[in-house]
Amino acid sequence: MYAFLWSLLPGPLWVRIVLAIIAVAAVLGILVVWVFPAIDTLITDEDVTF
Amino acid sequence: MVRRVIGELLITAAVAILLFQGWKIWLNDIIYGASQTNAAVELSETWELPSDGPVKNPSTDPGEPVVTETPDDADPFATIMIPSLGADYRKIVAEGVGHNVLNNAQLGIGHYPSTQLPGEKGNIVVASHRTAYGGAFHNVHQLQVGDNVYLETKDGWYKYVYRDTTYVLATQTEVLAPVPQAPGVAPTDSILTITTCNPFLSTAERIIVYTVFDSWYPRADGPPEEIAKLVKKSS
Repeated sequence: MYAFLWSLLPGPLWVRIVLAIIAVAAVLGILVVWVFPAIDTLITDEDVTF
Repeated sequence: MVRRVIGELLITAAVAILLFQGWKIWLNDIIYGASQTNAAVELSETWELPSDGPVKNPSTDPGEPVVTETPDDADPFATIMIPSLGADYRKIVAEGVGHNVLNNAQLGIGHYPSTQLPGEKGNIVVASHRTAYGGAFHNVHQLQVGDNVYLETKDGWYKYVYRDTTYVLATQTEVLAPVPQAPGVAPTDSILTITTCNPFLSTAERIIVYTVFDSWYPRADGPPEEIAKLVKKSS
């Protein structure tokens, strides 16, 4: 899967590395800003607060 | 090929779960902690301070402390300051201990509605997370004799002095009684009780920190010395 995604990236090696870093950063940003808070409200109940 | 994709997906899921945990107990904890402190400063700014002139002689008898009006659910009616937990330590205390208060990026500390309010005889009990959602009471186990806790409401400042710390099971709700651990007994003292989870990352026990009412400072007289800088910084 990751090999396939890597093959989708255009350009020479350094461009691919830069693009890959941007893609990973974008995914992390989406997780932290939207996905994690949404999941947190779904799985939180009185018994798992600390 | 299929196996390899499945393997990569599983590893990705594992990394995502670890990232979520890190976000919840570290990154989001820091973000919430900062935003709760900012919110406390903003709340305090809505209460006027006496003009810059010299604060009234503290030996002036301030009279009986004003009893806080009963707040509505989630109403931020006080801020709490604990200088020994940090010169800038300041959080909001809001009514109720539901998720709408404890898991809130502005509130964070809740007051048990069945317990007393500042100025009353009895037991004011507040609760917050130990870890995650700002973890306002993360370090309350460090409090010791000589440390003070202050509540600020629109009426003024209430000073409490640290008394002792105990550990109970989550089911031992007698600590919420007007005389802690002695339900049914009429109170003669005013106590502020801080409760949070123990140990870290567990809900098995509660750490209970008792502080006893010492003195009160009407708003017109200005804040007590120990927190005057912190209070004035936000005005």
